[in-house]
Amino acid sequence: MRFSIIKVLQLAITLLACAFLLVPAIQSVLAGLTVNYFKGVSSGLTLKWLWKVWELYADSVFLSIWLALSCLVCTIIIGVPAAYALAKNPGWISRILEEFISLPLAVPGLALALALLQLYGTMQGFRTSWSFILVGHVLYTLPFMVRSVLAVLAAIDLKTLEEGAATLGAGSLRRFCDVVVPNAMPGILAGALTVVTLSIGEFNLTWMLHTPYLKTLPVGLADSYASMRLEIASAYTLIFFVMIVPLLTAMQWASNRAQRISA
Amino acid sequence: MTNQRFLLICLLPLLIFSLAFLALPLMRLFLASVEGASGWAVYLEIIQKPRYLSALMQTVLVSLAVTATALVISTTAGLFLARNRFAGRGVLLSILTLPLAFPGVVVGFLIILLGGRQGLVNQLTPGHVVFAYSTFGLFLGYLYFSIPRVLLTVMAATEKLDRELEEAARSLGASPFTVVRDVILPGLGPSLVAAGAIAFATAMGAFGTAFTLATNIDVLPMVIYTEFTLSANIAMASALSIVLGLVTWALLLIARSLSGTTVAAGG
Repeated sequence: MRFSIIKVLQLAITLLACAFLLVPAIQSVLAGLTVNYFKGVSSGLTLKWLWKVWELYADSVFLSIWLALSCLVCTIIIGVPAAYALAKNPGWISRILEEFISLPLAVPGLALALALLQLYGTMQGFRTSWSFILVGHVLYTLPFMVRSVLAVLAAIDLKTLEEGAATLGAGSLRRFCDVVVPNAMPGILAGALTVVTLSIGEFNLTWMLHTPYLKTLPVGLADSYASMRLEIASAYTLIFFVMIVPLLTAMQWASNRAQRISA
Repeated sequence: MTNQRFLLICLLPLLIFSLAFLALPLMRLFLASVEGASGWAVYLEIIQKPRYLSALMQTVLVSLAVTATALVISTTAGLFLARNRFAGRGVLLSILTLPLAFPGVVVGFLIILLGGRQGLVNQLTPGHVVFAYSTFGLFLGYLYFSIPRVLLTVMAATEKLDRELEEAARSLGASPFTVVRDVILPGLGPSLVAAGAIAFATAMGAFGTAFTLATNIDVLPMVIYTEFTLSANIAMASALSIVLGLVTWALLLIARSLSGTTVAAGG
């Protein structure tokens, strides 16, 4: 039957694609836990590479978490009120502004980093501090927060809700805090998880902005790929996977939830 | 406090941040590109000097190949997963979307594990099969992070398709193949173009993967990087960045106008 042949072919391609994505990831996990990767898993399993990585690169893990959380705070402070203002004034100016702040999604991180370096590279105190990397991360993740909140705000009947609150005597700030923010929560949550996930995995900008004393997790990974033995590089990658996979799963769950609300 | 003024205050942090860290730096980047020894001619140099032109061509060719392959694989898998319910479907879907959050460097490393000197293929096959550090390795790396992006766009579009059209075609005697060719693919058309544009733009701008893999492959982001760090040719690095940025931005603008999706062009 032709029907089943097509289905089998489709399934085969799907499985092949899965294998292509999964096999090297499993290899990496195994390599990080094997005593000697060249001899294979038969040489025994060990946690010593993970310990070694922790000794060498623990700082990079903490710096990445710290950056991701700071980035989250910044994107919330900048992004949530801005999304509200944009939702209240849906005109061409808002569209252009939204388009403009979304540039970092489209323009490669390398180009943005060069731009930042050339303008601020000579300010020594700023250039060598962690806040320089933070600026890059906020730049890159901010559009996700704004768009995520904006999508939810555009879907609910903001006008009626606010009018209701206004009739009861609530001022602008009160309405923002008590009406807008709670209603935008699914969007803020989805945006927040996206921001943290992307910040922890960001490499292209960070590689150009970092200094030898400030290595984030992905920068440390690149360093270990270039200079460490395969087992250590793999164990380090394993630590990254353990951090990023739950975040990604939570991010997808929250985004789907926010999308159902705004649909 | 009037309402308009409150809204302006809401917008203020965003305005200040994007002026200081986006608008001004981009302007500086543009000025730096024309402040070099050759002035505006730096943009002419990109197409005149073989080194830059060949890098540009190579980047476009690899990106095109990746786009085409990712479209074929992800559309097939996406349609299959969107139209069939079976045990293990969720697991397959998770596997296929997992690499979304992998930075380009990690993808590069995974390709080295697959096709590097100590890679899986080299261990399993007789002889010396190493492809990670070649253009093919780069292609596989880009494919690795393109598959999830295209898949998600295709699946989102498939869910919006009117299934009754397919039923109608089937009841009129169309074979499954004809249904796909004449009903589903035309319906997916705009989303496929959008997904293709996303994949292409991502591949064009990918730095991390090339950085890990490519010791001697001249793709555009690597050329920009070496011009900036090794040759200190700031003007050329800036000019190439602007050209690259304009291309990827235009492509993603097209993608968004066709499908309304937002996917980060990392990698």
